[in-house]
Amino acid sequence: MNDGYAVRAEALEKRYGEKRALDGFDLAVREGTVHGLLGPNGAGKTTAVRILSTLVRLDGGRATVAGLDVARQAREVRARIGLTGQYAAVDEVLTGRQNLEMFGRLFHLGGRRARARATELLERFDLTDAADKGVGGYSGGMRRRLDLAASMILAPAVLFLDEPTTGLDPRSRGEVWEAVRALVADGTTVLLTTQYLEEADKLASRITVIDQGRAIADDTPDGLKNLVGGDRIEVVVAERSDVPRAVKVVARVADGEPESDDTELRVHAPVSDRVAALTEVARTLQDEGVRVEDIGLRRPSLDDVFLRLTGHRTDVARTKEAAA
Amino acid sequence: MSALDLTGPAAHGRTYWVLADCWNIVRRGLTHYRRQPVNIAWQLGFPILSVLLYGYVFGSAMKVPGGGDYQDFLMPGMFVMTMAFGFINTATVVVYDSTKGVIDRFRSMPMASSAVVAGRGVTDLVVACAELAIMMLTALAMGWRPDGGWGFLAAFGLLLWLRFALIWIGVWLGLLVPNPEAAGGLFAVAFPLTMISSIFVAPQLMPDWLGWVAAWNPISSTAAAARDLFGTPVGGGDSWVEQHALLMAGVWPLVLTAVFLPLAVRRFQRLSR
Repeated sequence: MNDGYAVRAEALEKRYGEKRALDGFDLAVREGTVHGLLGPNGAGKTTAVRILSTLVRLDGGRATVAGLDVARQAREVRARIGLTGQYAAVDEVLTGRQNLEMFGRLFHLGGRRARARATELLERFDLTDAADKGVGGYSGGMRRRLDLAASMILAPAVLFLDEPTTGLDPRSRGEVWEAVRALVADGTTVLLTTQYLEEADKLASRITVIDQGRAIADDTPDGLKNLVGGDRIEVVVAERSDVPRAVKVVARVADGEPESDDTELRVHAPVSDRVAALTEVARTLQDEGVRVEDIGLRRPSLDDVFLRLTGHRTDVARTKEAAA
Repeated sequence: MSALDLTGPAAHGRTYWVLADCWNIVRRGLTHYRRQPVNIAWQLGFPILSVLLYGYVFGSAMKVPGGGDYQDFLMPGMFVMTMAFGFINTATVVVYDSTKGVIDRFRSMPMASSAVVAGRGVTDLVVACAELAIMMLTALAMGWRPDGGWGFLAAFGLLLWLRFALIWIGVWLGLLVPNPEAAGGLFAVAFPLTMISSIFVAPQLMPDWLGWVAAWNPISSTAAAARDLFGTPVGGGDSWVEQHALLMAGVWPLVLTAVFLPLAVRRFQRLSR
């Protein structure tokens, strides 16, 4: 019935006044996978998730989740999905346990099963010690894990994770990733929206890049990384006259042609053997007496992906440039 | 993955689940008060403080037209004020739930979405009953002696009827204002609205135009009707609306509900846009 796809969207349209939040958006998510939806703020990620999770009506196109039409079978869809939003949608006054029991009863499990399921999930998401404390006192990572647990009460077929790690410190981020991997191991399909290429790369087996309400790429993480060229080494020199020498040094370790920027005195190039390249370049430049302002390795960012795919930078980067 | 059977709910009709969902939302609201008892103390603090301030400090200096003790006149006003300020509590909870994403979570679940709003309303009415009971006990301790019997129950009912109408203003405002901080600002609106009424002072003691506004203030009708039913001084008044306080105490909340219930429902439905 759903041909092995947990989520399908065809030509989705959503307008807010003059603004087209979604403008012919297509998406196909295979069952049992993590699918990344990557894009900058305002690209339409959240709108897409809100439509697929039945929170918002679509203006055009068609979408199915678990083989059910989101517009016509909203209630059936709701019984098969979990949603974890940008804001942890749990009750901050209640304890972790009270939250899960309440959601369990609202999922119509009945009191006894709701209590048992809460205990089970608290254990599974490593929240047993904090179970009877108010959520207001939870750390960001704990709150997000509780949010995930609440989304998992009915063991949904499809889980929507809308920027699950935004605003979390690296450790909490790792905890959430761990939890997501465990869910997928159990057979849940995850649609993950994120602004971080790294996050999509770590979790997703396939990534759709969204820009201005449209899917502009759909590929594996490796495919996207090949597109932007992987890690890069970056050197900033102190004197303009040193730029050509730096280009020469970098070229020796680079996988491709180094690019240079005469105004920012910056030289950069793709590298594969990251650390070896870094030490080699640093040593050689020092030996040749080139004054180096900055040297480092840079992972490709969402911005790099965008630059390659669209020829323009993300709005965030554009704003930063305008401010500089 | 789970030792539990998580397959579909037990077989029950749709009405059963609407009521069950509603009850679970009420349970949540009441658990909030149980976990933060200071909240209910805070909600009651202001009216009780007003009772003490106006009753003891100004009591002897305040007049009641047509005679009678000011404290007896004041107490039903205090009950009305507590009911009237209640809409701020409703709005605060609703704005908090909608901005934090709690309402979105409810809407993404296979529960009855009408239960989200209805549950809020029932919670507020239960809390209002508790508030009224505590305030009346305070008033009795201060020497307030109302008539008992049906009149007392009718007054209690009219007070709850006013609170019921204000739930919808609260829900509507809660979905309208952008953040919880803005909801705090509602107090600045509510305070003059309760002052320009018959709660503290009989309208006929005010300047003409102000007295007219105060007399037509919906909460004045509930105050006057409650005073009448409690057998405490009413404070007179010759205008039509003051002469028909009992009728208007029934009509005003009905009008408010007729206007704001559809507005609140429409706001709620607009969340899907």
